[in-house]
Amino acid sequence: MSQAVGINFKKSSIDALIAGFLALILFGPIVGVLLDGYKFDFEFDRVAWIVAIVAVGRFAVSSFFQTEKGVAMAFRYANNNEGATVLAPNHKSKMVWIIPLVIAVGLLIPFVASKYVLTVVILGLIYVLLGLGLNIVVGLAGLLDLGFVGFYAIGAYGLALGYENLGLGFWSMLPIAAILAAVAGAILGFPVLRMHGDYLAIVTLGFGEIIRLVLTNWASFTHGPNGISAPLPTLFGLEFKRRSRDGETFHEFFNLPYDSAYKYMFIYIVLFAVVWAVLFIKHRLVKMPIGRAWEALREDEIACRSLGLNHVLVKLSAFMLGASTGGLAGVFFATYQGFINPSSFTFFESALILAIVVLGGMGSTLGVVIAAFFLTVLPEMLREFAEYRVLMFGILMVVMMIWKPRGIVRVTRTGFAPRKGAVK
Amino acid sequence: MSQEHVLKVENLVMHFGGIKALNDVNFDIQRGSVSALIGPNGAGKTTVFNCLTGFYKATGGKITLSAGGKETSVIKVLGEPFQPADFFSPVAFVRRLKYKMFGGSHLVNRAGLARTFQNIRLFKEMSVVENLLVAQHMRVNRSLIAGILNTKAYQKAEEEALERVFYWLGVVDLVDSANRLAGELSYGQQRRLEIARAMCTNPEIVCLDEPAAGLNPSETEALTKMIRVLRDEHNTTVLLIEHDMGMVMDISDYIVVLDHGEVIAKGGPDDIKNNPKVIAAYLGAEEDDEEVTL
Ligand SMILES: Nc1ncnc2c1ncn2[C@@H]1O[C@H](COP(=O)(O)OP(=O)(O)OP(=O)(O)O)[C@@H](O)[C@H]1O
Ligand SMILES: [Mg+2]
Repeated sequence: MSQAVGINFKKSSIDALIAGFLALILFGPIVGVLLDGYKFDFEFDRVAWIVAIVAVGRFAVSSFFQTEKGVAMAFRYANNNEGATVLAPNHKSKMVWIIPLVIAVGLLIPFVASKYVLTVVILGLIYVLLGLGLNIVVGLAGLLDLGFVGFYAIGAYGLALGYENLGLGFWSMLPIAAILAAVAGAILGFPVLRMHGDYLAIVTLGFGEIIRLVLTNWASFTHGPNGISAPLPTLFGLEFKRRSRDGETFHEFFNLPYDSAYKYMFIYIVLFAVVWAVLFIKHRLVKMPIGRAWEALREDEIACRSLGLNHVLVKLSAFMLGASTGGLAGVFFATYQGFINPSSFTFFESALILAIVVLGGMGSTLGVVIAAFFLTVLPEMLREFAEYRVLMFGILMVVMMIWKPRGIVRVTRTGFAPRKGAVK
Repeated sequence: MSQEHVLKVENLVMHFGGIKALNDVNFDIQRGSVSALIGPNGAGKTTVFNCLTGFYKATGGKITLSAGGKETSVIKVLGEPFQPADFFSPVAFVRRLKYKMFGGSHLVNRAGLARTFQNIRLFKEMSVVENLLVAQHMRVNRSLIAGILNTKAYQKAEEEALERVFYWLGVVDLVDSANRLAGELSYGQQRRLEIARAMCTNPEIVCLDEPAAGLNPSETEALTKMIRVLRDEHNTTVLLIEHDMGMVMDISDYIVVLDHGEVIAKGGPDDIKNNPKVIAAYLGAEEDDEEVTL
């Protein structure tokens, strides 16, 4: 590439003008008009600032991409989308070192971190679970599910309602909620999985909304919008409350002063273990026949059928396993919040989980873990900018789709050492 | 097995709305033969394949596959509409319901018929080895528990599957590309991989849709050899659609000629070569003028 690179300022100026104009249209009404009681004020200077920043930024970007470095960079990114790579058969993953390190650090966190940091990390881990669940459905099996939050809600309400009506605690509800969510996944899945892509997305979107509406409106059972409280986990029957009506509490048993951080520590440790278990199972699944079938289905459903795979059952298994992971996450969410109501299970939540999967790289486990922490922990850290959260989220998505459409972590495939072939 | 015909097609009819793609197609395929289905573009060859493999539900007729020691009616396993009589016989009702809910073209493959596609359908983002492993889905250890715990039995099944993979990669000469993505392979390699993938399902009859399309003459020759290997060493019956007449005449034991959805001739290569109807069909509308010069 030895073409002459000179900056064409006319082109950059035109780009800047267009971008500025678009910013004016976009931000004019949103930022420029401020409601004040029943009348509104115009805020021209704010709009002018935003438009100016956009135009100058566009000018700079446009100029940069005309320099030699910029051209090289654009070229590199344009050719960087080939997707998966196959690892060498004798590839030694660096994870062998990283995983014990992460586990060690993870086990230290509850004892060194403040209660606030701990709650943020718990939330991050809950989203890791959600991301891993949806990653099976969307990333591996290629089924666009926009109603994943429905399974999350089933898990959360399962714990709260199971405790209220049947007296079931955290430990018994943990597996039951996973099974409940899987059953719900199967019930939803069986009739709709014959559909493809867009249709499936719409139906699942409807499913998520139905669950939320039922939770809101069936007030006699779910307490509607008022919400319902969920129980805390217990350690061999020891409760993490200040005072226990029946039985002993944790701090009394160990002769410690009461501290509300104990319950978060305990939730964290259980959640940490569950996340690792799910990561391990997920890691095995993708190497197993079922995982291969999911990916094959994502690649080409017709070819799958021609190879004797029952596409409905393969899809259903992905849906059920994904849903059960979502159900687990719901149980942890309910116990961590102590109180849930339907407003935690809106469509925005589904979109956030989907964003985690897409951002992380469809099908990549590591990517999902990183993206889940990124998208949940970062907004917490930047509390001051809370109002701009959704805006930043949107910008991030657009930027990612342009620069790294395949997600942050590139998907790799296992290599197999050649061996002597044999039949029968 | 006593049946000499692995596949029997009787009075096959396929209509797409008003389009009559197939009218009354009849042919039988001898076990252990290489047969070819030929005809001009749009004659309905691919449609016959799609009916045989269960991707289209035939409008009428009967397709019987005798493989694996039993007879399978391709149309039945796809799930037929309920008949009034079903409501009086619980057994028939349950069977019909079973095929309606869980039936489909995958059952045709499980009954012993594999296929390739005219426009290659590989799992492009998966490696070559994985493509062949997916094809063995029904033959490996699919237990979730065994897989997650990585038990001995599971490892053994996987190892056997990998051995079969490398056996077939050897047959289609792709061992060196084992760890590449299927989508990265050249066109000819992709065609060969698709054949290997079909063979990994352990079929008794394999249907190849234009396997030589887009191959150069030496690749076509290698393909011809490969097809003979399938028949001679694996006792696989081969049915292929092909436009390359040289190749068809070279390897086929039996040829069925299709034109406008009807069988206009069937027989050995020599009969077909000299059949005036076939020549006319291939030369199309000019038959009146050109016939003298032939
Ligand atoms: N799904 C479909 N819907 C409507 N018409 C179809 C469908 N599939 C095939 N046809 C029609 O059936 C006829 C036969 O098509 P088919 O694909 O079987 O031809 P072919 O013999 O395989 O041709 P070629 O040699 O070009 O592959 C064509 O007229 C086609 O338009
Ligand atoms: Mg065709």
